Amino acid sequence: MSRAKPNSDPLIQQLRSVLPDSCIVSDPASMKPYECDGLSGYRQMPRVVVLPTTVEQVQAVMKACQASKTPVVPRGAGTSLSGGAMPHKNGVVLSVNRLNRILDIDGQNRCATLQPGVRNLQISDAVEHLGLYYAPDPSSQIACTIGGNVAENAGGVHCLKYGLTVHNILQVKIVTLNGDLVTLGSTAPDSPGNDLLALMMGSEGMLGIVVEVVVRLLPRPPLARVLMAAFDDIEKAGNAVANVIASGVIPAGFEMMDRAAITAAEDFVRAGYPADAEAILLCEVDGTEQEVNAQLDRVKALLDKAGATQISLAKDENERILFWSGRKNAFPAVGRISPDYYCMDGTIPRKEIGNVLTRISAMADKYGLGVANVFHAGDGNLHPLILYDANKPGDFVKAEEFGGEILDLCVAVGGTITGEHGVGVEKIDRMCVQFDEATLAQFLAVREAFDPDGLLNPDKAVPTLARCAEFNAMHVHHGKLPHPELERF
Amino acid sequence: MTDLSRDIAARVQVGFEKGSPIDIGGAGTKSFLGRPSPTATTLDVTGHRGIIEYDPAELILVARAGTPLQEIEDTLDSRQQMLGFEPPFSAQGATLGGAVAAGLAGPRRAYSGAVRDFILGASFINGKGEIITSGGKVMKNVAGFDLFRPMAGAMGTLGVLLKAALRIVPRPEAEETLLHEENDETTALEKMNRWALQTQAISAAAWDGENIRIRLSGSSAGIAHGEVQIGGEKLTESDYWNDLNNFRLEFFKQQGRLWRIALAPMSGPIGMNSPQLIDWGGAQRWLMSDEPADDIRARVAHLGGHASCYSDDPAVPTFQPLQGDLLALNQRLKAALDPAGILNPGRLDPKL
Repeated sequence: MSRAKPNSDPLIQQLRSVLPDSCIVSDPASMKPYECDGLSGYRQMPRVVVLPTTVEQVQAVMKACQASKTPVVPRGAGTSLSGGAMPHKNGVVLSVNRLNRILDIDGQNRCATLQPGVRNLQISDAVEHLGLYYAPDPSSQIACTIGGNVAENAGGVHCLKYGLTVHNILQVKIVTLNGDLVTLGSTAPDSPGNDLLALMMGSEGMLGIVVEVVVRLLPRPPLARVLMAAFDDIEKAGNAVANVIASGVIPAGFEMMDRAAITAAEDFVRAGYPADAEAILLCEVDGTEQEVNAQLDRVKALLDKAGATQISLAKDENERILFWSGRKNAFPAVGRISPDYYCMDGTIPRKEIGNVLTRISAMADKYGLGVANVFHAGDGNLHPLILYDANKPGDFVKAEEFGGEILDLCVAVGGTITGEHGVGVEKIDRMCVQFDEATLAQFLAVREAFDPDGLLNPDKAVPTLARCAEFNAMHVHHGKLPHPELERF
Repeated sequence: MTDLSRDIAARVQVGFEKGSPIDIGGAGTKSFLGRPSPTATTLDVTGHRGIIEYDPAELILVARAGTPLQEIEDTLDSRQQMLGFEPPFSAQGATLGGAVAAGLAGPRRAYSGAVRDFILGASFINGKGEIITSGGKVMKNVAGFDLFRPMAGAMGTLGVLLKAALRIVPRPEAEETLLHEENDETTALEKMNRWALQTQAISAAAWDGENIRIRLSGSSAGIAHGEVQIGGEKLTESDYWNDLNNFRLEFFKQQGRLWRIALAPMSGPIGMNSPQLIDWGGAQRWLMSDEPADDIRARVAHLGGHASCYSDDPAVPTFQPLQGDLLALNQRLKAALDPAGILNPGRLDPKL
């Protein structure tokens, strides 16, 4: 990290009075890594990046920013896939990466107190010796931070059984725009007042800067086993998912891949997936040996009845890891077969999986672009990967339009535009499709309650009504808004 | 099955224009929680009822706020499913809206989650009479602020709930209660929390001063494993947990104010010489005590928890009063949703 050079920007002068020079990055070369997050198509250089090392420094930065009406963009590891951490051109990027200490591990009360820059996987590693772990496991868990997880209400493969971030956080401390340090929630259940803790989850850095997090830890299940089932028809696979859940089994993970994804994964990691299948399901159950065996018997019978052409139980831990390797490497595998891909994140009711996949395939033909589907089938969270070539003029625009049409379809069948990646800058216009005007105005009023000046992560997540009016004007077909029949619930 | 959304919205709109406070009325089973404003007029929402959608395969149910919990529970039971938060007072006619507003959850709370954890989305009327819809009916959804979650436990101060989409859970294949004699509080707390690490099958753990009771729920195989881990005598008294949840145990018939103490489960004994019943593995402790409210609250706050007074006493606020920056944030949120301050004013906190 280079030292801050003399700079005539009055904001930087002021930040220098409250932060050591080593916490300020202002030369363009050093700020370059901050110009985008995981959604690299959207880039913006910030005015300055700060990396505070204490909560007091965060408070001082916020006070300075409020006084000068400077936008603040909080940032964890920058793994967001929706542009949530994209800088503001007049603003400060506030990175929590140096607030990265595990402050306390309380094995008796099954919780841990963390600074926001602690990485997701680091938590489970630190408590493994106690037989505990932190359940939410977004695929970026090696890198992503708990602060970022709170901002995005991160999910992962295991949230079907163990819940999202919101279900696994007991308390956060936030610094508000005016520099106040406020504790929300507590290790005691049901804190007095309104549940502001829940409101913070998934608020995409617009309500406050998370400076401390207390996570709930769970006992590590003694055993996990995974089944792979192949299908010759994608609708049959979709129905199989719905049938298993309906039977009362809640698998720890329940994932689906279509033919394009299977082929790409198989070519890349040789996970042992049948190459001629139209779809495969990976179903993991965990618990004690007796419970796992009982559940596996039920799941096998249901998959068989749903028309699986092949059912394989991973015989040992090595094969379990191998089966998962195809799924976990599916995104990079798809990256090998296409110059670029655009990852979508809608959620739909499980019973619509077959229908929606068939319609996505028809859209792919219409746009002349490939698509591979890898997703969390158990909770209906789709991740269509739209294949395109950024070097081909017009290809990204087509991919974006294709993606937008997929999201509109998700809303139309009773789902949502984003299951776990967040709205960020990417899907902000689609918010106008999912929510009516009164609700969007209410979101803005709530935001104002926390941030009257609108300086925290501005222009993200919640569109202004003017923006929606513009978007809807562009997307009116035959004088009607998309899906006017929807009650949008 | 009646949809009264528009009528209710119109009533709230009039209240907003006139600045006249509204006391949102359900079945009244939790009227002991908080005190309605003396100048408020009651808005009865029990007519706005009915299950709108129930899809067992999707594990979701959408119902209007006035729907009796009993109707929902019977419907779910017919498909071997249930509510995951075990709300009290179903038999007394409690409604879904009241269950969400009060946010009370039963013995399984410590092991499977709070009321807000089972809500996927909700429509409500804000203090201006506008219908607001946040969340949805799918398991994963991060679009927009989750305004539906703070509806749980807000005591109706943030909006009049119209309908909620709930995440439903499968009814466990089997359930069993084990009894351990134990008269030392510290040891009881230690045991309940040690067992929680050893088996996932625990769905309730309580200590009454003489005995620890542990409920196991799950597959027969899971319960058999739990029995081996925990041991103890199998109990046949089937209504214990239901009686605990509905304040019907002998404990609740004693003299004194009833206090609900919330703590991290392994917080040491609160050390008051009053009858006590510990639930949620230590995270919820019922206390019968006429000690001064401020003394109880100070002692509990010192342990990192908070205390609510469940007995009707005008001199004692039901919930631990908010202070400082947290109060200010709560007030600003309230103003964002209910600018005229007409919805259940004072019911959650004297200053909200």
